[in-house]
Amino acid sequence: MAIRAEHLTYVYGQGTAFEQYALKDVNFQIPDGQFVGLIGHTGSGKSTLIQHLNGLIKPTGGTVYYEGEDIHGEGYNLRELRSKVGLVFQYPEHQLFEIDVFSDVCFGPRNLGLDKGEVARRARSALEQVGLGEKYWDQSPFELSGGQKRRVAIAGVLAMEPKVLILDEPTAGLDPRGRDEILDKISHLHREKGMTIILVSHSMEDIARYADRLMVMNRGEKAFDGPPREVFEHYRDLETMGLAAPQVTYIVHGLREKGVPIDHDITMVEEARDAIVKLLKE
Amino acid sequence: MIRDITLGQYYPVDSVLHRMDPRTKLFGTMVFIISLFLADHIGAYAIATVFLASAIAISRVPFKFMVRGLKAVVFLLLISVSFNLFLTDGEVLVRLGFLRITREGLRMSCFMGLRLIYLVVGSSIMTLTTTPNQLTDGMEKSLGFLKAVKVPVHEISMMMSIALRFIPILVEETDKIMKAQMARGADFESGNLIQKAKSMVPLLVPLFISAFRRATDLAMAMEARCYRGGQGRTRMKPLRYSRRDHVAYVIYGVYLAAIIAVRAAL
Repeated sequence: MAIRAEHLTYVYGQGTAFEQYALKDVNFQIPDGQFVGLIGHTGSGKSTLIQHLNGLIKPTGGTVYYEGEDIHGEGYNLRELRSKVGLVFQYPEHQLFEIDVFSDVCFGPRNLGLDKGEVARRARSALEQVGLGEKYWDQSPFELSGGQKRRVAIAGVLAMEPKVLILDEPTAGLDPRGRDEILDKISHLHREKGMTIILVSHSMEDIARYADRLMVMNRGEKAFDGPPREVFEHYRDLETMGLAAPQVTYIVHGLREKGVPIDHDITMVEEARDAIVKLLKE
Repeated sequence: MIRDITLGQYYPVDSVLHRMDPRTKLFGTMVFIISLFLADHIGAYAIATVFLASAIAISRVPFKFMVRGLKAVVFLLLISVSFNLFLTDGEVLVRLGFLRITREGLRMSCFMGLRLIYLVVGSSIMTLTTTPNQLTDGMEKSLGFLKAVKVPVHEISMMMSIALRFIPILVEETDKIMKAQMARGADFESGNLIQKAKSMVPLLVPLFISAFRRATDLAMAMEARCYRGGQGRTRMKPLRYSRRDHVAYVIYGVYLAAIIAVRAAL
């Protein structure tokens, strides 16, 4: 079991007029190698939640366990935890600071106190994983395009060789091509390297395509938790939380209301296409 | 962690003081400060105490927020009180080795302590009940007469409100970048001075870049909305005195007169 959270509670500004619950008694377990989608309306507590998982925020109440150990327990090495649970913030390109791409990616592994050769090896491999060729390595990160910058920033986290990778809306503000490239790389890391992935996203289509499991946050509480197909069945409830199901789910449900005997748990366009073609042939 | 730093310390409740015109509050604070320096008798301090206590009561801000500002001046307070206590000449009351406490010293140090505490608490009431934006608006309007001598009052106050507006944003940004670098194993706490300064680079470079980016974006957005300085600019919420402000000014007058009267009579 990679990550386990028990009765996680977090209160902002405790004891002032601005006191606010960001998380309320959240419980879950994430086994190794799972691809978890995390969705929720703005302010639902999902960003606060993921920052608990690598110890950047200390919970007001409750406990986070990484591989069975309490991460705020006495003598626990939080820095080592952060190298195992990699967190890519929203707009991660805003954290770039070095004079060239390669040195920026080296920052993470260098902080781990590795020797020079190992740092360079990890940086090279991370840059290759995100698909940035050698010709970019000596360029200033500030000269690259938006999608490339973001890939540099993601490589900066990957270079620490984490076992769990958490990404907060890694595709926000990218064009469709940049988005697909990044999601493909992430899915590749999951399939080939067996990395545990937690993906925060606003795109139901992306979640439906990639995630094994979907957690829905609403006002600091976990509202739903299960395979995306099952969660999207509750699309009416999701709407009251300011969310929605993939568009194709609506089409499928519309067809069923009209009496078309199509499967109700379709969440991907290709599935719907195949199902409709099959029905037409019959 | 960094979120706990409050710069604009506005406390959002609804009270007469919150609804008052910022100019009235600015002027009131000024009157109160002047009165503290005029006061040199226990009677005057009694009047000031009543004035301050009633302001605290009607502001509806919890008292602990008022005294929070005192933490910053505790050191100054101790120094000035002890200097006045031990170094004033006069009728000796107590002798402690080479130190001596005189009647005059005791009086002076009490007054000095009270004066400093009242000063801090008094100005806290203003900042707790007025948003930073209201405050700059009030200043712009009150200092409008300086335009006659070519002081760009509007531009200065615009710069001030933009600066104030951006403080929380930059604080949040700092927090975010700090966390992002900590997630990459950065350490901002340990090491000697040089190492600490060096560890600031991954924080400061992105912070500056983002500040510049925000500044150009804002300038662009202002130009797109035809901003060209204060000329002919109207306000969404123009400052207008209401009855409560007039009442307040009368109270100020009475209060200041009372303080002066005590000073003159004794």
